Amino acid sequence: MRAAGGPDVAVGDVLLSVENVSLSFGGVRAVSDVSFDIRKGEIRAIIGPNGAGKTSMLNVINGFYQPQEGRITFKGQTRAKMRPHDAAYGGIARTFQNVALFRGMTALDNIMAGRTLKMHASFFWQLLRYGPALREEVEHREHVEEIIDFLKIQEIRRVPVGRLPYGLQKRVELGRALAMEPELLLLDEPMAGMNLEEKEDMSRFVLDVNDHYGTTITLIEHDMGVVMDLSDRVVVLDHGIKIADGTPDEVKRNQAVIGAYLGVAH
Amino acid sequence: MDILYKIFLDPFVQMGTAPDLFVQTLWEGVVGGMLYALIALGFVLIFKASGVFNFAQGIMVVFAALTLVGLYNAGVPAFLALGLTIAVMFALAFAVERIVLRPLINQPDIILFMATFGLTYFLIGFGEFVFGGDPKVMITEQLYLPKGTITYKALGGVVSLQKLDIAAAVIASIMVAGLAVFFSKTRIGRALRAVADSHSAALSVGISLEQIWVIVWFAAGLVALVTGIMWGARSDVSFALDVIALKALPVLILGGLTSIPGAIVGGLIIGVGEKLWEFYWGPLIGGGTDSWFAFVLALVFLLFRPQGLFGERIIERV
Amino acid sequence: MLYREAGQFKTNYATDQAIFPILQDRIGIIIILFIAFVVIPLTGNDFFINAIMTPFLIFSLAAIGLNLLTGYTGLLSLGTGAFMGVGAYACYKLTTVFPNVNIIIWVIASGFVSAAVGVVFGLPSLRIKGFYLAIATLAAQFFLEWCFIRIPWLYNYNVSAAIEVPQRELFGIIVTGPRATAGTRYVIVLTFVVIMTWMASNIVRGRIGRMWMAVRDMDIAAELMGIRLLPTKLLAFAVSSFYCGVAGALLVFLWYGGAESTVFSINESFTVLFMIIIGGLGSLLGSFLGSALIYILPIILRFVPPQLGLPLHAATVEHLTFMITGALIVFFLIVEPAGLARLWQIVKQKLRVWPFPY
Repeated sequence: MRAAGGPDVAVGDVLLSVENVSLSFGGVRAVSDVSFDIRKGEIRAIIGPNGAGKTSMLNVINGFYQPQEGRITFKGQTRAKMRPHDAAYGGIARTFQNVALFRGMTALDNIMAGRTLKMHASFFWQLLRYGPALREEVEHREHVEEIIDFLKIQEIRRVPVGRLPYGLQKRVELGRALAMEPELLLLDEPMAGMNLEEKEDMSRFVLDVNDHYGTTITLIEHDMGVVMDLSDRVVVLDHGIKIADGTPDEVKRNQAVIGAYLGVAH
Repeated sequence: MDILYKIFLDPFVQMGTAPDLFVQTLWEGVVGGMLYALIALGFVLIFKASGVFNFAQGIMVVFAALTLVGLYNAGVPAFLALGLTIAVMFALAFAVERIVLRPLINQPDIILFMATFGLTYFLIGFGEFVFGGDPKVMITEQLYLPKGTITYKALGGVVSLQKLDIAAAVIASIMVAGLAVFFSKTRIGRALRAVADSHSAALSVGISLEQIWVIVWFAAGLVALVTGIMWGARSDVSFALDVIALKALPVLILGGLTSIPGAIVGGLIIGVGEKLWEFYWGPLIGGGTDSWFAFVLALVFLLFRPQGLFGERIIERV
Repeated sequence: MLYREAGQFKTNYATDQAIFPILQDRIGIIIILFIAFVVIPLTGNDFFINAIMTPFLIFSLAAIGLNLLTGYTGLLSLGTGAFMGVGAYACYKLTTVFPNVNIIIWVIASGFVSAAVGVVFGLPSLRIKGFYLAIATLAAQFFLEWCFIRIPWLYNYNVSAAIEVPQRELFGIIVTGPRATAGTRYVIVLTFVVIMTWMASNIVRGRIGRMWMAVRDMDIAAELMGIRLLPTKLLAFAVSSFYCGVAGALLVFLWYGGAESTVFSINESFTVLFMIIIGGLGSLLGSFLGSALIYILPIILRFVPPQLGLPLHAATVEHLTFMITGALIVFFLIVEPAGLARLWQIVKQKLRVWPFPY
């Protein structure tokens, strides 16, 4: 279940680290001089009030934004700029805050799209849908069906995702990310907009992915209960600056964190 | 060597040795550019105010001109025909808003864009059906537009400017200035900009989308009418659609879809560029290059500045 | 009752992903192919075959080409006419310079020429999107149209700037030129269309189709999943232009018999675009349905009203065609943006449960 590229990293070692990363858009400083690391096999949460720069941080790790300063080290390889292609091939997958599913396709096709990286049959065979192309389709379909079973979304395979309720869409999106067999899975507010039952389901999936597949997970989440229950370590950002980094208990008691969320009495 | 000379030196030599011709060509480019700019202006108006890229603007120009001439030829006195045409353009705006725009309110932009293709084809067919497809003569005299030419002896030769062209340039400038002021200073202008930004946000502050759209399409219709009169006065009114409507598109690329001064600058660049290219470099490759020069120029532009000269930089967020 | 799938289980993924998984669909397709290949050539009159069936098939092929680019990959193109022209002129040059090579080979080769040109004009899609890309394709359209007139080499320096199709044979039967029969030409076009449609169907159901649709629906997410945008888009331009180029070559060689630059004008581009809008963006079936509707419409207008006692001028027919086409576009975009293909799906859905209401 290993993704391509880079040396194998042992459980507990640093899988990815960001060093002194700063990012601005047109005058707005989204992230300022942030450094932290993510260890293989852990569940790491990034939390902070709105506008803290959490999604921007994820976008930097993913290669969507290129930081003006700082470096990213992933599986031993240090880069000043991570390109989306490098991130994907290296084994980083993600879900998005606003569910970025491919609306014109069915749930099955969306998840199959996640397998694109691993499908190599040439154009010629694709034209005939025979030989290597057909074998590949079937082989990857089997893999995708495992994910569908895991996420319990069998009934909605052939439904165009635009028609699915929000909770199921988020599950399909998780499936699509899992299809990439990532070493590092970035989840951007996976529980947003869900009711208690859906949150419990999603939490269970997140834990299962971490347990069963050994995937390292980094998630952005607002629900403190979820964060405390699920994560091994937490990074706290506020206005683009890192204000705390440690286990959930340590972070919970940190004065700066409490101040950021509740406001400081003058 | 000979080729290099022909491409890079000779045209400039020609410009230098016959400056009167150069100025003449330049002027014609300016006038052409002004007219393109006027069409582009109609696009910008509608886009700025409703976010809809109205591909049908070009045919609206033709349609307005046809209606005016058609009414006059049917016996209606010139200025009454003008008034009636304005009323027709209003009715058209109203009909478009009711039948095409309202049902498509929350659809993605590309759907609205394609709907305006359908509108274009419908108006072409309808216009030809009602008025016939043969070219007609614009009623320039009856509208008291100047005729004749002013000739200057200058720059070693002769430069002649059509009075009509001068009038067109003046009228166009007044309209542009007026619209620019309208958008930035008046209450309705602000409402229009709000609607362009976000339909739902505008609705939530109580702006009536329907009213705004009718106003805007009517304004575009008026611009179309003025453009149609100017255009028709220079070269009969006909359905040479690809010249009229499509040429405005490169103008919009250069000037950006939301900028009124941009439409003017873009129009001038395209108009002048096209004329100069065709006159000085065209003969080298067989002529007739004004069918594509504007588009290729716009394409080259897009490669370096995808949002045009004046457009806003699009920042994508996930 | 007729259209039930009950009892049709798929026991492996290959059959589940087949092109026509439902038995009734398979039977339907076999019947359609039989009618197309056997019944029509034997029983149809020349007019029907030549004025209706052959062009319908050719435009369907062009519509599939445009649909792959615009419907599946989301890249709006207004250059279809020009790409069809590239195919036609390429085929003409190839066959006049090498007259002894089989014309079928040259038709396929001209598809490749068109594909190459398509890739060149598709390069801007790296940086340009949406309406702006559409305008860039207009550059292709107008520039290529200009080439068709101003490069005399393309039409062999013919004084009238038109090309005339030379006679060519296949296995001893005359297939192009004035002496080729309508039936022969029809069968060749039909064969091309059936094979190329099958291939298009294979592509869109596989990895490449998913990559295209991903780029269409959310290119940012696609990129973050490792899909490289430029090669994917360029492949779409290449394949699309291939289809349009072949359609153009077939249009000139197996239907019109000749051509000049006006045949491949911006109007053709709009016509094909309207076919796929009405037929259904992102649907191969829709390409056929749209082609049928748009192509047959003026023919109906020309022949039906006189039967009802309302003769119409040729000019009026043209005007009405424009008006009805425009109105249909707006209508479909409002009522069913997924076009006729979606309407057909709804009909099939109702058939599944018929005679029960749900």
